Amino acid sequence: MKKIIFIIIFFILSSNVFSANEELKNKIYKNVRCIVCQGQSIYESNSDFAIDLKKLISKKLDSGESEKQIYDFLISRYGEWVVFNPALNFNSLALWLLPLIIFMIGGLLIYRLNINKKK
Amino acid sequence: MNNKYKITILAITIVIIFILFLRVLNSNKTYQPNQMIGKKIPEFILEDLFNKNMKLDSKILSEKDFVVLNIWASWCVPCQIEHPFLMNLKNKNKINIVGLNYKDENANAKNFLKKNGNPFSLIGVDKKGEIAIQLGAYGVPETYILKKGKIIFKHIGPLNEDATNKILELKK
Repeated sequence: MKKIIFIIIFFILSSNVFSANEELKNKIYKNVRCIVCQGQSIYESNSDFAIDLKKLISKKLDSGESEKQIYDFLISRYGEWVVFNPALNFNSLALWLLPLIIFMIGGLLIYRLNINKKK
Repeated sequence: MNNKYKITILAITIVIIFILFLRVLNSNKTYQPNQMIGKKIPEFILEDLFNKNMKLDSKILSEKDFVVLNIWASWCVPCQIEHPFLMNLKNKNKINIVGLNYKDENANAKNFLKKNGNPFSLIGVDKKGEIAIQLGAYGVPETYILKKGKIIFKHIGPLNEDATNKILELKK
């Protein structure tokens, strides 16, 4: 009886680990651009290049590499463009913040003009 | 502060922000083929196509002054187009060319070389295409120029006259 319970628990645990690993794989596949395709991720593509990348990513995950290590590897080979959600760096930060700065300057200007008018 | 100065400073600030925004917006939007330029080649050891006892070892490549690394396959039509250029580089210009046979059948690769000539001093067999990815390639043919193991030039697609001239220029 103990043996059966042990086997059932083992299967439940290993299936959970397996599905978590599959989820992570799919998450990475969806975030990696297929460079030889038109706007597709490697998850959606069946091109040779996408299949090779999927195999390599799967192998790297199985050998214990983290998600970040895999992205770093791909970026070092194909550039920042290979990932759909690039890491936060000077360029991406500037793209988010610069419109906000312009908006704030505009707001400040309108505020100052209003005060001057009231005076 | 004078109003005139304030307006000038404001205008300059907005122009600087706008230029910065445009520059950032226009950067790195496409595949960057030069990503591996200036970097060392990744470490790998591959079996030679003709002799299983021989290995294409990245460490040995790193010791060479000038090596052309060509990724090719017998099933790749552009590889047939570029083959005469590789033969010329080897025969006329005595350039050391090593091959990376990409996802190919050994028998087909050997037949291809028997028919068209063999420009390679060594041919690493990359059955799964993993080493090509390590090199930052995405297809065949691609050609890398290595100086002491460092990638100094990369040509995507079949070699042509311009590319071979560039290789000869880099050799000088």
